[in-house]
Amino acid sequence: MTLDAKIPSGPIEQAWDKARFDMKLVNPANKRKHSLIVVGSGLAGASAAASLGELGYKVKCFCFQDSPRRAHSIAAQGGINAAKNYPNDGDSIYRLFYDTVKGGDFRAREANVYRLAQISVDIIDQCVAQGVPFAREYGGTLDNRSFGGAQVSRTFYARGQTGQQLLLGAYQALERQVHARTVTMIPRTEMLDLIVIDGQARGIVTRNLVTGKLSVDIADAVILASGGYGNVYYLSTNAKGSNVTASWRAYKRGALFANPCFTQIHPTCIPVSGDYQSKLTLMSESLRNDGRIWVPKMKGDKRPPNEIPEDERDYYLERRYPSFGNLVPRDVASRNAKQVCDEGRGVGQTELGVYLDFSHAIARLGEHTIRERYGNLFEMYQRITDEDPYKVPMRIYPAIHYTMGGLWVDYQLQSAIPGLFVLGEANFSDHGANRLGASALMQGLSDGYFVIPYTVGNYLATNKFAQVDEAHGEVRNVVASVQQTIDKLLSIHGKRTVDSFHRELGRIMWDYCGMARTAPGLETAIGEIRTLREEFWRNVTIPGSGSDLNQSLEKAGRVADFFELAELMCIDARDRNESCGGHFREEHQTPDGEARRDDEHYSYVAAWGYRGPGNPPELTKEPLEFNYVHPSQRSYK
Amino acid sequence: MKLTLEIWRQKNRKEKGAFVSYPMENVNPEMSMLECLDVLNETLIERGQEPVAFDHDCREGICGSCGFLINGVAHGPQRATTVCQLTMRHFEEGQKLVIEPWRAAAFPAIKDLIVDRRSFDHIIEAGGYISTSTGHAPDGNAILVGKEDADQAMDAAACIGCGACVAACPNASAALFTGAKIAHLGILPQGQPERDRRALHMVAQMNAEIFGSCTNIGECTGACPKEIPLEVIAAMNRDYLGGSWRKHDNVETTTIASAEDWGTD
Repeated sequence: MTLDAKIPSGPIEQAWDKARFDMKLVNPANKRKHSLIVVGSGLAGASAAASLGELGYKVKCFCFQDSPRRAHSIAAQGGINAAKNYPNDGDSIYRLFYDTVKGGDFRAREANVYRLAQISVDIIDQCVAQGVPFAREYGGTLDNRSFGGAQVSRTFYARGQTGQQLLLGAYQALERQVHARTVTMIPRTEMLDLIVIDGQARGIVTRNLVTGKLSVDIADAVILASGGYGNVYYLSTNAKGSNVTASWRAYKRGALFANPCFTQIHPTCIPVSGDYQSKLTLMSESLRNDGRIWVPKMKGDKRPPNEIPEDERDYYLERRYPSFGNLVPRDVASRNAKQVCDEGRGVGQTELGVYLDFSHAIARLGEHTIRERYGNLFEMYQRITDEDPYKVPMRIYPAIHYTMGGLWVDYQLQSAIPGLFVLGEANFSDHGANRLGASALMQGLSDGYFVIPYTVGNYLATNKFAQVDEAHGEVRNVVASVQQTIDKLLSIHGKRTVDSFHRELGRIMWDYCGMARTAPGLETAIGEIRTLREEFWRNVTIPGSGSDLNQSLEKAGRVADFFELAELMCIDARDRNESCGGHFREEHQTPDGEARRDDEHYSYVAAWGYRGPGNPPELTKEPLEFNYVHPSQRSYK
Repeated sequence: MKLTLEIWRQKNRKEKGAFVSYPMENVNPEMSMLECLDVLNETLIERGQEPVAFDHDCREGICGSCGFLINGVAHGPQRATTVCQLTMRHFEEGQKLVIEPWRAAAFPAIKDLIVDRRSFDHIIEAGGYISTSTGHAPDGNAILVGKEDADQAMDAAACIGCGACVAACPNASAALFTGAKIAHLGILPQGQPERDRRALHMVAQMNAEIFGSCTNIGECTGACPKEIPLEVIAAMNRDYLGGSWRKHDNVETTTIASAEDWGTD
């Protein structure tokens, strides 16, 4: 099998213009004859559904939450990048493109990243027009701040709630289309399978989470914007409901899963405090603008932080990376935190933590300024830890945050199944092996507002759609298989809860497929995952029925898919004999502990295909070409 | 620590609910209220009983999914905190916590602590937006917004749509929720062209959803986890009055939430 990424020929600056010109259009009167399904209502899904509704398509948008406004994009704190160069500090589309390709450790597709950088400026305009209350200067212009992996200030923000405000903008645009009757919003409903007929994605099977009823929806194309899979680790900064099910069922129906082992571990989260812990809380990367990260120089130093004199502190990021300092990319910051903790210099009860200290910034700028910039984050920290970060340094530790891997898509954001498009975190396309801060919001909105409205139109204009209804044999097969899985889960009546399995799976993934990976470790993980999965299908217990609101059943279906994904992640991580970005293989590092890529052998996207239960997945490689940003060892020193 | 949870259990909208008492041993004071319910649910499931159903998602206090009354107080005793971020250290050894869902006609019961808040979406649908389609926008800096205005708009826009304001209000009014959106968009220059229509349509929809009227009690802002100021209700009333005076177009409302169902009937 070969993969055609459909990258337009010619200079990269003109690629998107050329692609748009080459696309076929659907005439306005014909648009309402086409029906589209959007799964997910986060930044990518809501912006896609709203924009497609505005164009006149008949759109159905599904989310598992009670309202589209709950999608986890809402929790993004720090900001959104755009190459506006308002601060006059040397930014440009090319520089954002360059930083993103380099930040992704040369494992992203250049053409996609360039388009993302181009579109970034339109996103800000769009959001301002919607009334997103971005931070402003006194003169009324938009304010910017800095983020990791960049030496310019290009991050737009709305206090520490940028994701919330951008999502509410997209949600409001979506509700406007609901009012206009172009979009039907279907909340509390979960996609459980994809319907593929004659090689085209033609619909989905869903379960109403209140009544348990299974339904079939048929459309001319299906757009997945169902987010990332960080919850395979159980503890992550993802929302509790975030799951891989929609993507995974599409994978099992013929879509390819690309670079599943590329996961992002965010350096600044509140450390784990106990076994009961249900999730990890992120402290925005923007805090690294003014906070300084340090640990004691001495091992096992138990003194409270304020009693450790300045010359006995190790500001290890500033020491090792003088030019980027505390603003190194996330993968680098996380790995360094792990390293100092492994050396026995970690802080807090568990010794799995480092200090993020604002005392210098408060002395320099005053408490008022710090409160204005980060007040809500400081409050959140205090609420959870009962410590006052204005007085004592925060304790932070890395946690699973984002997944760069996802379903393989071409330049048009179409998966290997014609008619199945994948947007936002659910696809693999723009971040390579590491995502820079404030780039997720940019990608979600770029895909939804500005890419999919063109590419889906081209697909509709160039394909024919046979009449399909619920009586179609293939539709009935898919529904029957969904029902069978539900019945099977409910009939096990074992002894262990779904969460106990999920927690154990997460532990395996964190230990062997987390911040540092080794070939033998990944082998061990694959064995343990298989054993645990076998026990799951024999010993899980799910009270209640399938024809009712049943949160245990919902979780069980998601965890069943996480088991299968976990194995694929370990296979991918084992197969990639190099270190790059968030994928750190201990066997492949430079003498000073930095990631060592192997461009000669691994400069490709690993796209995995499903070959049936019990069979190993099939690897197809999409070679990556770098014609503009030439691969070099990333240096932030 | 030891606690007793008295939790409202209700199988579905049609069946009657009742409080059930669950003694809890070994509650870690560092865990959140929702993690305490997780612990309870694990033991219920192990005993083959149905766990307590409750809405939750981000557990960072921003998605607005979670929320219930604890001893009659929406989101419990701590100021500006949702139940997902409320740690158990705020309770005393041996305390009894009565936990029940939001009670409002516009929020029909679904199961246990879960209620149907689609009425909030309907209010936004009626006009809680700026009518601009993708691609129409001028350059971001072409629209100047003074810092004070941007900050004030942000204060109102911080609403998470959890429903605590309605639950706290003796009249079950949604004035704080509706006012927050009207104020957010009404303060900004982008929001001016539709300012009258927005207030008229959103208020009409709010009334159609059978939320109660606001009588300026102020419980809503006290319970609000984002501390949305009471002034947004004044902003709503002012815009509504202005809109009524200038008599813009006829106001239609969309379907009433409680008339819809999830397909059980």
